[in-house]
Order: sequence, then structure tokens, then C-alpha cells
Amino acid sequence: MSTPQHPDSAPLCIHDMTVAYRRRPVIWDIDYDAPAGKLVAIVGPNGAGKSTLIKAALDLVPKISGEVRVFGEPYRAQASRVAYVPQRSSVDWDFPVSALDVAAMGLYRKIGWFRPVTRRYKEEARAALDRVGMADYAKRQISQLSGGQQQRVFLARALAQNADLYLMDEPFAGVDATTERTIIGILRELRDAGKTAIVVHHDLQTAPEYFDEVVLLNMRLVASGPMETVFTSENLRRTYGGKLPLLDQVGNRMAGGQGS
Amino acid sequence: MSRAWYFRFTLCIACILWIGAVTTVAADVTPSPSSTLQRVLGLRDYNTRVVLLGTTLLGISGGVIGVFTLLRKRSLIADVVGHSALPGIAIAFLLTEIIRPGTGKNVPLLMLGATLSGLLGAVLVLLITRSSRIRSDAAMAVVLSTFYGLGTALLTVVQHVPTASAAGLKDYLNGKTASLVAGDVWIFAIASACLLCIATVLFKEFSLVCFDEDYAASEGWPVWSLDGLLTALVVGITILGMQSVGLLLVVAVLIIPASAARFWSHDIRRMTVIAGIIGGLAAATGTILSALGPRLAAGAVIVLCGTGLFLLSMLFGWRRGWIWTWVESRRMQRRIGRHDLLRATYEIIESQHAEGRRHVPTDAELLNAPVDLNQLVGMRTWSRSRVQHLIRSACHESLLIPHRGAWRLTPEGAALARRAVRNHRLWELYLITFADVAPSRVDRAADRIEHVLEPETIRLLELRLETQQAGLMPTSPHD
Repeated sequence: MSTPQHPDSAPLCIHDMTVAYRRRPVIWDIDYDAPAGKLVAIVGPNGAGKSTLIKAALDLVPKISGEVRVFGEPYRAQASRVAYVPQRSSVDWDFPVSALDVAAMGLYRKIGWFRPVTRRYKEEARAALDRVGMADYAKRQISQLSGGQQQRVFLARALAQNADLYLMDEPFAGVDATTERTIIGILRELRDAGKTAIVVHHDLQTAPEYFDEVVLLNMRLVASGPMETVFTSENLRRTYGGKLPLLDQVGNRMAGGQGS
Repeated sequence: MSRAWYFRFTLCIACILWIGAVTTVAADVTPSPSSTLQRVLGLRDYNTRVVLLGTTLLGISGGVIGVFTLLRKRSLIADVVGHSALPGIAIAFLLTEIIRPGTGKNVPLLMLGATLSGLLGAVLVLLITRSSRIRSDAAMAVVLSTFYGLGTALLTVVQHVPTASAAGLKDYLNGKTASLVAGDVWIFAIASACLLCIATVLFKEFSLVCFDEDYAASEGWPVWSLDGLLTALVVGITILGMQSVGLLLVVAVLIIPASAARFWSHDIRRMTVIAGIIGGLAAATGTILSALGPRLAAGAVIVLCGTGLFLLSMLFGWRRGWIWTWVESRRMQRRIGRHDLLRATYEIIESQHAEGRRHVPTDAELLNAPVDLNQLVGMRTWSRSRVQHLIRSACHESLLIPHRGAWRLTPEGAALARRAVRNHRLWELYLITFADVAPSRVDRAADRIEHVLEPETIRLLELRLETQQAGLMPTSPHD
């Protein structure tokens, strides 16, 4: 699974990417290389194009220009090494499947065309559910789970894939404390295993605590790099404009953190 | 009544109602009851047997494929395909007439025309939706009416062709099993079975695309091709159903069984099996009924049989059916009423023993403190008769026992009261403490808070509750 370490084989390289919905550019000229083995937060205001960035990287929305490489190759060639956790609200949770069925979907590629999900794969899916503390809920229909539990099921599906690069869209949105702790625990496990996670994150307070690297995005790339150097109140102001009350708090907190 | 028993019970009732309804109708429509009934039901007729087999298989595969169409939220695409097939039939007829007059009613060629124009209609809907801001419902309405209009216009042209034996073309709109011949039906049956096989073999792939299209695409599944194949299956069902159910009603063969099955199960596999059974049953009964009364259009009867099964499912379905939902909401109402009553009793006793601050009543205090009606009525805004009713049912369930014009808690009642109060107070605290995520999680009616919240959260809440009860927070105006 290991790839030779030259700059081109970074988990995710985005070159001069512009994406537009119906002639209106949503993000433009994004140029970013994600470092291997790090937890990366994508931070920015609403409508900044955070989800679009991830979807474009995954070839889910067409690019106007630019190029994306995953481990040095086009996405299609490396799809099996990438796990995507979509926004929870993107699917119909009334769908007639159980938590175990959803987790097993992460194995479908491995199972391959036409073959049914056999006992062996069900066990694998159950193990993935167990990692996020959802093994007891395996048989529940997904509409009977709480928001946080649904999010953990989504995470289990991605874990079942055993990928090298994880792209997650707002996994911390509207979840309870246990789920938040579970997700952060899993993220650290992934990092310790040398994997990379790129996570759209909305909470400025927790971002420096949870992540190593940050991408500040507001339709264009404002700044990216290690949390300590990039997550400054100056950069945040350039991302959010002057209208963010939390800004000074965060700035103070970062200053305090660096001082001690 | 447990769920398993409810299931058996309602299944029996549903079957009895179904058989009753079908035999009544059968007896009504049959001109000379005994002989025709025997001939049809005994399947003496080779043609009837084959036609029955064909439509049943069509019903089964329609039900199965319909599950995916329904879950993909594309129910009406089948209607578009059905209506769009009409101009194809007319054009195929006219072209054959031009090339070799008098041979226009060549079934395979007509079906080919229907397939092509049906597919064209479905593709147009997809293209319009993807490439413009018109929503899919509007796109479907545009395509459906355009194609049907065109088809109707062409049919008028067909009727003016002098050599044409065009009489049968209109039968494709509403179906006519009588016009089916065994030789054709064998082919249809085999084709239906093939469609069924494709749907079964690709079960996993189709359900993934239906559930989470973006994820499927990110995993490298060819979502477009799978969508295309699903549409092709729908077109296939439409064409096969053209002669028996008719183009205008074929949507029912796909969507009614699947919608009915949703009332019975939360599991897509089981739902698919049930949809297949319902589809097959509806098609079989419909075919038999229309064979009994030759003036009944087969398509209409098959659809109405499906509707009958749909209504039964809506009523009796043990996941979402009205009766079960009603039973459950009644049960919840009773449970909440019982909890309200016991909590009120507990709080009265609690306040009697509180001296300035909150005190957790001991078991002995709970068991030996009679509470009267006036005290209970004063605890909440509920009517006297409501309280009396609640007391009666609590006595019936031996949670309370009468005691000199008042009522005492039994040991079970005391335990339940303690639990209800604890649950209630923990939920209240939860709402305050975790206001941001609470609304999606709070299930006040849940029997125990433990069933919903994690142990860790509950420990935290209990700790807070204890501090409150220890009197650190003012609990009464006398403080």
C-alpha cells in the first residue's frame, strides 16, 4: 500500500481548481496539497464552498478547470483508497435499511459486482460499527437512530472501507458529546495509523484542538498550513470578514496557547 | 397484543377479506356462474393458464423493480415511459404499413417502436432535469403530455389509412388479455423472468444508488449506467405490460405493490419480497377476474386488485399501517397518563415530607401515604374525570389500591413512580444542559432514559440532579 514519497504522491493535490454551479463560480483557483498522516480541517463561513471543494475533489461535481490528483493519480484510479463521509442530511434516513446494512455498504466495492453480502462481510461491517460504539444498534432501522448515531453509522461505513484518505463533510454538525468524542477518537486512530483525514468543520473553538492543519476557505483559498501558523485572528478575519464575534476570543486563545 | 400476534392476526384478516372480496366480485361478473367459474378457476383452458402465468410473472417483476423506482423517488418515470410509448407504436404501425400494406399489426415491431419512444421519453426527462432549471416533476409533465399528444394525433392518422387493420391499437392503452396468444405470452413470461433476474442480481448495487447516490459515485460505482439500467428495466416492464395492463396503467404495476410493501417492513429485502408477492397476487387475481367477465378491461382489474391490496396494507401493515399506528399511539397515551398520575402521587408525598428542602421519599413513606382525589386534581391542569379515569386504570393494573376514600401506591406502583419521576427530571435537565442537540434526541415517552441516552450523559445528569436535591438550588418559595 505504501507509495514512494515524492511530492506528487501526496494524498490529495488540487491544482488551480475552479468549480461553478450554473455559470456562477463557487470556488476558484484552489491550489492545495494535503500532507500525509495529518488531520486537516476545512474552515470557512456558510456558502464558502467547503462541501463543493470535497465533492469536486471526488469528481462528484464537474470542474471548470484545474486538476485533482489522489496519491499521484486521477481520482478514478484511486477511488478504493478514498472514503467519503457525506453530510448527514444528504440522504433519506427513512430508507428501509438497518445500521448494519449501511455499514456494509462500505464493503460493496470489495465484495464486487453481483455478489451478495455474505456472513464474513457482515462480521466486518459489525466490527466497523463496534469501533464507533454502535454494535448494539446494528439491527435498528436507520430512522430510529438519533442524529449523532446516524453520523456514527456513516463513519462506520467509511471505516469499513479501510481507506488511506478520508474526506468528511461536517461530521460534527448537530451531534451529541459522545458522538463528538467518538469521532475525534477515530480521527486520532486514523492519524496514528498514518492515514489522512480532511474534514469540513464549522466550529472555530474546537478546530485548533482537534486538527493539525487547516484550510481557510471563502470561495478562494485564504490560507492553508499547520494550525499554529495559519489559524491566526488575522487570517480568520480575512476569511470571515469583520462580522464574527468569536474571532477575538479565538485569537486570544491561540495567542495564549502559543505563549504557554 | 404483541407485535408477532398482531402480525398473524392481521395477516389472516387481510387474507380473508381479500378472498371474500375476490369471490364476491367473481360471482357477480360471471354470466353463467358454475361452468365459467370452473373452467377458469380450474385452469382447464391452456390459453388462460399461459396468460395467467405471464401476467403473474409480470406482476412479480413489476413489484420488485418498482421497489427501486419508489426508493429512487422516480415513481412517475414509469408513467412517462408508458405515455411516451404511444407515438412509437403508431409510428411503427405506419412505417410497416408503408413498406408492406396490410401487415401493420406486427407485434414485435410495435413493441420495438414502443421501446424506443418510451426510452426516448425517459431520457428526455433526465436531460431536461440535468441541463436546465426545470424541476423533474415539471419535466415529466412536459414530456408525458407532449408524447401522449403526439401519439393520439398519430392514432387518428392511423385510422385514415385505408388498408389498415388498426382496430387493435387502442387496446394497448388499457390492456386486453383476451387478445393475448399463448405463443407471445411465453416470450413475455421469459422476458419478465429475465428482468426479475437482473433486478435480483443487481440488488446490492441498486439499493446503494437509491440510498446514497453521491457515496456510490465516490466509490466508483457507475451511477449513471445503473440509473440507465433501472430506467431500462422500467421500460421493459412497460412494454411487457402493454398488452395485458395497458400503457396508461403500467405505472400501477410498478408503484402500488412497492408502496403497499412499505407498510409491512423496514427492511429492503423483505420489502422487495413482499412487493413481489403483492404484485403477483394482484396480477393473478386481476387476470382471473377479467377472464370471468369478458367485458372487464384486464388492466383496470389488475390495477384495482393492486389497490385493494394497497388498502389492506395501509390498514393492517404492521410497520406503518393505520391500525398498528393507532394501537401504538393509544398505548403511548395510556403510558403517559399512567406516568403523569404516578408522578403527581410521588410529588405530593415528596412535598409532605419535605421540610424546607427536597427530600427523596423512602419506600415506606411512598407506600404508606394515601393521596386523595382533590390533591391529585390540584397537581396539574387536568379534569376531575380524567384523573378518576386514570386512577381506575391504575387500580386495575394494581399500581394503586383504594384506602379509605383515598389511594395508596402498591410496591410496583411505587417503583414505577420513582422511575417516572427520575426519568422526567433527567429529561428536564438534559434539555437545559444540552440545549443545542437536545431536540433531536429527547424522547420523553421512552420507557427509560437509558434506552435513548448514553450511560455517561446519564451519570452527569444524575450528579446534577443530586446537587439540586441536596438543596443547593432553591426549590420552594419558603427558602
